[in-house]
Amino acid sequence: MKVKPHLWIVLAVLAVLHVMLLVPGFVAPYNPTEQDRGMPFAPPTAIHFRDQNGSWHLRPFIYAVVANDDGSYAEDPRQKYFFRAFPSGAPYKLAELVPCTVHLFGVDAGGKVLLMGTDRYGRDQFSRLLYGGQVSLFAGLLAALLSLSLGAIVGTISGFYGRWVDDGLMRIAELFLALPWLYLLFAVRAFLPLSASPASTFFLVVAIIGLVGWVRPARLVRGVVLSAKEQKYVLAARGFGASDLYLLRRHIAPQTYSVLLTQATLLIPQFILAEVTLSFLGLGVAEPVPSWGNMLSSLQQYHVMVSYWWMFLPGIALAFLFLGYFTVADALQAHVQSASA
Amino acid sequence: MYVSLLVAPSAAVAQRPQPITPAEDLLITGNDPGKYGGRVVVALRAEPKTLNPVTALDQPSREVMGRMMADLLHINALSQQAEPALAKSWKVSKDGLRYTLTLRRNLRFSDGHAMNADDVLFTFQVLLDEKINSPQRDLLTIGGKPISVQKVDDATVLFELASPYAAAERLFDSMEILPRHLLQDAYHAGTLARAWNLTTPPSQIAGMGPFRLKEYVPGQKLTLERNPYYWKMDRSRQRLPYLDELVFLFVSSEDAQVLRFEAGEADMIQRLSADNYSALQKDAVSRHFRLFDLGPSLDYNFLLFNLNSAIPKEAADIVRHQEWFRNVNFRQAVSEAVDRAAIVRLVFHGRGTALWSSVTPANKLWLDASLPHAPRSIEHAKQLLRKSGFSWNAEGALLDKSGAPVEFSILTSASNAQRSQMATLIQDDLKQLGMKVQAVPLEFKSMLDRVFQTHNYDTAIMALGGGDVDPNSQINVWMSNGGSHLWNLGETKPATDWEAQIDTLMNQQLTTLDYKRRKQLYDRVQEIAAQQLPFINLASPNVLVGARERIGNFQPAILDHYTLWNVEQLYIK
Repeated sequence: MKVKPHLWIVLAVLAVLHVMLLVPGFVAPYNPTEQDRGMPFAPPTAIHFRDQNGSWHLRPFIYAVVANDDGSYAEDPRQKYFFRAFPSGAPYKLAELVPCTVHLFGVDAGGKVLLMGTDRYGRDQFSRLLYGGQVSLFAGLLAALLSLSLGAIVGTISGFYGRWVDDGLMRIAELFLALPWLYLLFAVRAFLPLSASPASTFFLVVAIIGLVGWVRPARLVRGVVLSAKEQKYVLAARGFGASDLYLLRRHIAPQTYSVLLTQATLLIPQFILAEVTLSFLGLGVAEPVPSWGNMLSSLQQYHVMVSYWWMFLPGIALAFLFLGYFTVADALQAHVQSASA
Repeated sequence: MYVSLLVAPSAAVAQRPQPITPAEDLLITGNDPGKYGGRVVVALRAEPKTLNPVTALDQPSREVMGRMMADLLHINALSQQAEPALAKSWKVSKDGLRYTLTLRRNLRFSDGHAMNADDVLFTFQVLLDEKINSPQRDLLTIGGKPISVQKVDDATVLFELASPYAAAERLFDSMEILPRHLLQDAYHAGTLARAWNLTTPPSQIAGMGPFRLKEYVPGQKLTLERNPYYWKMDRSRQRLPYLDELVFLFVSSEDAQVLRFEAGEADMIQRLSADNYSALQKDAVSRHFRLFDLGPSLDYNFLLFNLNSAIPKEAADIVRHQEWFRNVNFRQAVSEAVDRAAIVRLVFHGRGTALWSSVTPANKLWLDASLPHAPRSIEHAKQLLRKSGFSWNAEGALLDKSGAPVEFSILTSASNAQRSQMATLIQDDLKQLGMKVQAVPLEFKSMLDRVFQTHNYDTAIMALGGGDVDPNSQINVWMSNGGSHLWNLGETKPATDWEAQIDTLMNQQLTTLDYKRRKQLYDRVQEIAAQQLPFINLASPNVLVGARERIGNFQPAILDHYTLWNVEQLYIK
């Protein structure tokens, strides 16, 4: 397989992003739930190399930021804070296990660098984006895995065996499509204890998203399997006495990979966004734990959209991540197609 | 064919006001005279469910009907006092039991039919009818007996109360006078509750309000046109209202309403959030509208503890949590830990007031200004908890006497961003006391269901408001058997001594006619509530409204309806 050079770049960026999301505590300079009530909706901190006297510094620095009475912010050039690598700061657990206080970067004590500004409660958006990514990305990946495996199994069985098996499974699929999910979700919420821990809410979100999403991949896989099983080489293999399992494994399942991959690229971003809806219904990840869903949901408010542009930054960051996914998936699909041709 | 289509809309010429005859007993308003013509468009959160004043419960219906109907006496939204309306004057007997109302003579409904004492009698017969079960019936039942209504002559009606009732003239506000000639058949046939819905032709609906129904377009809008027989005139003897039409657009979310207002599709906006107020402020000059911050409202947001005695079996943990909630020191500690200043600053952008009582500073007549409140102090809150046997473990988590960690949830309505934001702030405040609190935003109806029906919740953030300033408007909250006695609903007798005390005080003020004495009694209620804290009052948002510059006589008020209370005086400059 010949990989185009730009794909390597995309892969590298994706890898870096995922590593960052794996160790958010290390990369994030601050605690994502810590409120700074004197700094609501503060814009991203400007990073300087040249101070107001005109002299240049090799090491970047920021100025102190002061809040005005009208809710705007200004720099105080009398106070300079230089960037530092590996400072010690808010305690966290590396990979949820090792207690640690060292961060990737920070500024001199007393200053606060806000790469993406703050939200309404003065919490650092950049730190929240990283921690939130851990929650949302894994929710998206796990849910996609769940619904794709279900879809692949049901679709293959349905397409391969046909007749009443097919009829039965497809009717169930239609039933799932027709269910009023919104009301079902309300019912689920009603049965759940109110003080469910964030972890159990997380797995509930994954399960719900995954269970809702299996129908479309199942139908697509079924279509592929239906056409694949009539191919001459499959009929030939059957003529030579190949078992069902062998046929499925060797000849038919490989045909569905490209469909599943395309579905994965579509479902992962879709599932990440589905979490926004669930958060709104009180089923998602609850405050103060950050998730991309609840970070983006603040953009539903008109005044946030028109007043604080930095609230879009998490959305833009997500767009890049999704683009990365799409690029990789495209390349993989092209590869699968050229291999099968 | 084309010609007639083009002509059709202009054929609907605005209804001219009827000339004023000397026999008519019109009310002369004090506003600056305006000029006739034009229309004002306002947005409604939802479609009205009905146009029947007897059965309407929802806010949109009441908002529309308030413009189509009128009452005998009316509370002036600016002065907050009862004033003559359809009744020209009223007299109270010394014992406070007999109210004699003199009606204005020769008034007509919006369909041109004359109004007199028989319509008043009919109205109160309907409102007091048990079978109709109107929401007004409770208000008109005083001392366990319904008010009795007698016609003295064509222009005089006598109301008799079974026991004295403080400020009873305020009861007449919003008791909309119904046209007997249109509704008595339906009443006798027993179909009155279904009459006057949205499919009723406009000619079948009439009222004494400044406007009458013109057209209803489902899902889109409801248009009212001038009532040509309205009973108010300005000082240059022009019959009100000035506007040809008043249009209600159905726009469901506040953000969408803001966009419509900014784009000029709606002429007024009320109940703006502080967030949207600041967002709109930038465009006020270029888009020719003005925004008004009227200061504190009568609405109060509060944190509510579930002290209900009837808890469902499956919610055993709530019964356990109630041991903490029933402890007044616990409630006091929570109150002292809450950073109300941060709520005002972060949630309301400073356009709000921190509260320690459910009577807000907007209520100048009844506010107990000397009510003391403890300052915010995490240290003192911790002392209070320690005194009640709470302790902290090595990680700083709060433990109760039995060593169980203090963890509970706060319900909010997911559709109300402001209350969810308060929950996030309180969650962080209580973390400093070592309490682990989950904020749970729920869809509005399921939240109400938990608070009112199942009692399956720990705490909740809610808001109540006063439609009126008088203590009697809050009687349902204070009385232990009241329908909004949220912390413990459905009590047959007061569960605690202090609730019994509040019951007595509220009953006393109800039958006391002297304002000063009533004020003392109600101050005492506020004091008890501040000590016992069934509600932890948080903050009151300011009343924020906006209107196009070209609307004349616009004079928003802090009593409902903020912007349309004087709609008959509004005109297009």
